[in-house]
Amino acid sequence: MSDRGGAFSPLVELTTARLREFVREPEALFWVVVFPILLAFALGIAFPNRGEQPVLIGVEQTDGAEALARTLQAARGIRARLVRPADAERALRNGEVQLVVVPGAPPTYRYDPTRTESRLARLVVDSALQRASGRTDAWQAGEEHVDNVGSRYIDWLIPGLLGVNIMSTGLWGIGFSVVQARTKKLLKRLVATPMRRSQYLLAHLLARLVFLGVEVGALLVFARLAFGVPIRGSLLTLVGIAVVGALSFGGLGLLLASRARTLEAISGLMNVVTLPLWVLSGVFFSSANFPAAMQPVIRVLPLTALNDALRAVMLDGAPARALGGEVAVMAAWGLGSFAIAVKIFRWR
Amino acid sequence: MLPSPARSGAAARCTGLVKRYEDVLAVAGLDLEVRTGECFGLLGPNGAGKTTTIEILEGLLEPDAGEVEVLGLRWGADDPALRERLGIQLQETRLNEKLTVEETIRLFRSFYRRGRDVDDVLGLLELQHKRASWVGKLSGGQRQRLAVACALVNEPDLLFLDEPTTGLDPQSRRQLWALIKDFRRRGGTILLTTHYMDEAQALCDRVAIVDQGKVIALGSPGDLVATLGADHVIEFAITDGATLPDATLRALPGVGGVRRGNDATELIASEVHLAVPALLAELERHGLHLTRLVTHHATLEDVFVVLTGRHLRDE
Repeated sequence: MSDRGGAFSPLVELTTARLREFVREPEALFWVVVFPILLAFALGIAFPNRGEQPVLIGVEQTDGAEALARTLQAARGIRARLVRPADAERALRNGEVQLVVVPGAPPTYRYDPTRTESRLARLVVDSALQRASGRTDAWQAGEEHVDNVGSRYIDWLIPGLLGVNIMSTGLWGIGFSVVQARTKKLLKRLVATPMRRSQYLLAHLLARLVFLGVEVGALLVFARLAFGVPIRGSLLTLVGIAVVGALSFGGLGLLLASRARTLEAISGLMNVVTLPLWVLSGVFFSSANFPAAMQPVIRVLPLTALNDALRAVMLDGAPARALGGEVAVMAAWGLGSFAIAVKIFRWR
Repeated sequence: MLPSPARSGAAARCTGLVKRYEDVLAVAGLDLEVRTGECFGLLGPNGAGKTTTIEILEGLLEPDAGEVEVLGLRWGADDPALRERLGIQLQETRLNEKLTVEETIRLFRSFYRRGRDVDDVLGLLELQHKRASWVGKLSGGQRQRLAVACALVNEPDLLFLDEPTTGLDPQSRRQLWALIKDFRRRGGTILLTTHYMDEAQALCDRVAIVDQGKVIALGSPGDLVATLGADHVIEFAITDGATLPDATLRALPGVGGVRRGNDATELIASEVHLAVPALLAELERHGLHLTRLVTHHATLEDVFVVLTGRHLRDE
């Protein structure tokens, strides 16, 4: 090999160094690629589309209980069993039954009205018993049953997991590597060279984009093969959103890592930042569950914007131009963090 | 007014350097001038302020007071140009353990506009057979050679080495010494810190002995040893910690000075063959018995002990 002098580009060398460092760390590969797939798989199994779920009813074992249980069992969508009076309360509390019927004329329903499934059970049981006692319905409504791919829980979940994955690898991947380089005095050695400091930070972001292809691709392919999760919008838009999200969290990762001197400090910071996002930004359940007063705050969180945009593209087939708001939120976080990080970064 | 660097030929110079950490005064008004083409050593015990001084010259620390000039340029004004021309080995440089030796050198090479070929550097540091090894798998000596390799990739005009051989085995030390001598022979300037007197003696054209943030002696190793007035040291101890009076000892033939240690007495002597028999006769006359008698050539360590009453390293 001859002296290639200027042919070595520092940005390319820094980025490949970062990529090598990552690929040679098997644990990191596990967290970035394998873990999200395992999580998606586990959740896909835990929340399958099981079709119509019967309501679970307990009939208190007193006079007339067996006849009542038979009547209920014969009705559609009810699974009834006898419970001893002493066990009834425990069965209700544990969710083994959603409602207890105490036989009598008329019977008594014992249930917790704050539980949705118990209220549903009450409606179903009442209707079945009234009909068995001779009530006739005024009319029979027509019914259309919908079971669309794309409206299942797993369809809703996968974009959220994708978002969380982009967040975690952005924050942890960059934050840990930077703080490690600082504690080992590697940063100090680098600033003793003519290396441009912005290039060091930029190399981290560029390396992130390369990993992004791997981690996002793996999860999407898995979700498609295992659960048939669709991508309704354009793949290009999806990639674009993922890139903006990755840069946004990459910037945030650099900011969090800009001052920390120990791995403990950076871990603490990361947890403080990511835990609220896991809860608030609609990963496992919709952020619409939070009170209206919190919504303006939730909407400007970077993970909310990323998840919303990913869901819009994957589930609703939204075009790029409809995602301006989300992209703006993510870009603001990313650019703002990067700018502050460059300013306050501790190089030794 | 300072003379211009071109005329004075100084590769690095600082005057009135002060650096304070919290309530510790690490550097307390230190003056230094490293001439172009020489190997200059900062010799002193741990905590003397050597690393702080060299890191200020390297532009990695800012002094609280004092003037610094490196290769005729100043930190804060000419940083990129300066960095191009300096080679720096930090104390305990830890490089990325997951990169190979060759990748590490390539990475550092990429930061400089001009410099050596990667293979060239590998050969120079005798690391060819380790080129594909991860940094994390190298021995201490190999790591240190790699750290020096990273400092040499740009063919620097001025090479800073902070305790280059601390913790190395004798063979690795000799290898590094040969490398430093070679760099100096080809016209490079070196500033190194060390707390090994033999290292300073073997490598340095001039040495500044540093203690408590100040230069307490400056000169070539030979000149510094010559200030002792004699070039041998006789160290002895007497049964039950008994002693002879200073005046008696000083009157012995060939003895130029007396120094008391915790458990031994040292005589600075020009002629050992006269001083030792005279010492033995004197002990005999007082009915005293030796528990120890050692002689050695006077070294920079002895200079340090004479100047400060302490040893460079407490062993």
